[in-house]
Amino acid sequence: MKVSRRKVLATAAGALALGKAAGTQSPVPAPAASDPSKAPGRPARTLGQRAPSEKPQRIARGATSSQTPHQDLYGTITPADLHFERHHAGVPEIDPKSYSLLIHGMVERPMMFTLADLKRFPAVSRVCFLECSGNFNRAAPPEITPQQLAGLTSQSEWTGVMLSTLFREVGARPQATWFLAEGHDAALLARSIPIEKAFDDAMIAYAQNGEAIRPEQGYPARLLLPGWEGNSNVKWIRRIELSDRPFMTREETSKYTDPLANDTARIFSFVMDARSLITYPAYPVTLTRGWVEINGIAWSGYGKIQRVDVSTDDGKSWTPATLQAPVLPKAHTRFRHLWKWDGGEAVILSRAVDETGYVQPPRAELLKTRGPGAANYHLNPVTGWVVRSDGAVVYKQEAWE
Amino acid sequence: MILIVASAIAALAAQTAQAPATLGIGRPATPAEISAWDIDVRPDGVGLPPGRGTVKDGETTYAARCASCHGKTGKEGPNDRLVGREPGDAFPFGRDPQRPKTIGSYWPYATTVFDYVRRAMPPGAPGSLPSDEIYGLVAYLLFLNDLVPADAVMDATSLPKVVMPARDRFVPDPRGGPKSAVKPRSRP
Repeated sequence: MKVSRRKVLATAAGALALGKAAGTQSPVPAPAASDPSKAPGRPARTLGQRAPSEKPQRIARGATSSQTPHQDLYGTITPADLHFERHHAGVPEIDPKSYSLLIHGMVERPMMFTLADLKRFPAVSRVCFLECSGNFNRAAPPEITPQQLAGLTSQSEWTGVMLSTLFREVGARPQATWFLAEGHDAALLARSIPIEKAFDDAMIAYAQNGEAIRPEQGYPARLLLPGWEGNSNVKWIRRIELSDRPFMTREETSKYTDPLANDTARIFSFVMDARSLITYPAYPVTLTRGWVEINGIAWSGYGKIQRVDVSTDDGKSWTPATLQAPVLPKAHTRFRHLWKWDGGEAVILSRAVDETGYVQPPRAELLKTRGPGAANYHLNPVTGWVVRSDGAVVYKQEAWE
Repeated sequence: MILIVASAIAALAAQTAQAPATLGIGRPATPAEISAWDIDVRPDGVGLPPGRGTVKDGETTYAARCASCHGKTGKEGPNDRLVGREPGDAFPFGRDPQRPKTIGSYWPYATTVFDYVRRAMPPGAPGSLPSDEIYGLVAYLLFLNDLVPADAVMDATSLPKVVMPARDRFVPDPRGGPKSAVKPRSRP
C-alpha cells in the first residue's frame, strides 16, 4: 500500500479525533503528585543527569561484553555510557599523562606520540557505527529484545587524527602493505590491517560524542576503522608496526575467521555488511490497534544506506521506508514506516539496501554459503517481529540449520 | 587599496598553503623503547626471541599454569579446547557447529601459539612467562596435537618450520566492496 505521509497523518488525526470509537484512545494520565509550576525547580549544577524515571541500561554478557539498549534510544547517536562493550582481558586503566603511541617498522622515522601530540595534529570528526562481528544470536528465542538480539552495535561521533597524517609524519615506506595495531590491555590485543585502510579513512580517535573516549571504548586513544568489524578497531592503542605481510595473530586466525560450507574459512573478512533492525515495535512491546510508526536502524560498512524496505506481511510485499537525513556513509540510519495495525496477526520485517546495490540477504541465502556450522561472525540476515492478535510482539524465530 | 587587497591575498595564500610533509610533532622512538614493546611473532619466525624449550619442560609449565582452565590434557576445558585433530585433517567447521576449533585442527600457524601465549597468557598474570617456558609450552601443545615428536625442542629456528594441518584452509574474503567486480548481490 502506497500512501502519502500527509494523507496518512490526516487519517491518523481523524482516527484520534474519533477516539474511543476507533479503539485507539490513550489512557488518561494519572494526576501528578505535585504541580511543578507552584514552586521553583532545582538550581544549576556542574554535571547533568538523566531524568530519574529514565533508566536505560546495557546488559552485560559475562565479563567481556555488554549490549546497547536499542529499544530505549531515538535518532542515531548512542549515548557514550550506553555504547556496547567487547574486550578480551578487561578494561585497562591508562594514565593519559604517561600514554604514548609508538609507530615503527617499515617507516623512515620510528616515533613516539603522546596524547598531547596526537591532539596537536589537524583533527577530524566523523559519525560512524561500530559493530562487533559476532552481533547475532542464532538461537534467539521469541522473547528477546532488540538489545539482546543485536546490541553489539552503537554509533558515536568520533574525533581524532587521520592515520594517514601520522603515517606521513613517520614516513611510511612504499613497501609496507600491512600494519599491526596493538592495544595496551592485558591481552595486548593485536590485529593486522591492510595499509590501504590507513590511507582511506582510518583514524586514531581520542574523543567520542564531544568528550574524551570512555574507558570501555579505548581511553585515551583507539584505532577507528569505519565500517570494519569491531575487533579490528583496536582500543587503548599503544603500538603500530608497518610490515610487508600480515602477522597472523590469534584473533585474526583462530577467532575472527568465518568457516564456510565448502570446508574453507574466510580470513581478513573485515567489512560489516548491510543490516537493519526494527527497534519498534519489538519484544516486549504490546501494541494497541491503530497507527504504528515502525522504526529502526540500518547500516552498512560499505557506504551509505540507499533504501530500507519494510514488510508487514512476512515478506510478501515490501515498501520503502522513510530515511532520516542526513544519511551518512558507514553510519546507523534511522528508518520509519507508518503502518495501521488492524488487529490481525502480522509479521514485520526490514531489509537494508546499501549504495553498492547490496541487498540484506534472507537467512537461507547466508546459510547456503556459510553452512550450518557458521561462526557467529558476519551474520546479517533479514530479521523481524511477529505481532500476535492480542498485540504481543515477539521475535520471529528461525532455526539456523 | 590595491596594495591592501594584494597583501590580503598573499596572507590568505600563505594560510592555505599545502600542508608540509611533516609537522614536527612527536619525537623519535629509541631502539630500547621499540624493543621493549615489539613482541609480535610472524609466521616466518621474525620476532621470535632467543631461548628454547622441550616437550618435557612444557608439560611441567602446562600443569602448573594452564591445566586449571584448559584441562589436564588440553581437551577438558572449561576454557578453549587446545588439543585435537580432525580425522584426515578435514575442515568441516562450516558444516558442523559441534566441531571444536583446536590448535591442531584450526590454527594455521604454530608461531601464533607463541605470540598469543606471550601476549595474553595466563590471564591472571599475562607477560609473566619467560621465553624458555613459552617455547616449552608451545612444544608440549604441538606434541599433544601429534604435530611434533616427544623429543621435540622448540626455538626460533624449529618453530616456524612446523606446518599446521589447517594452513591452506583459509581463503580471502570474496564479498567485495563498491570497487569490486563481484556483483554485490552475490556476496553472502
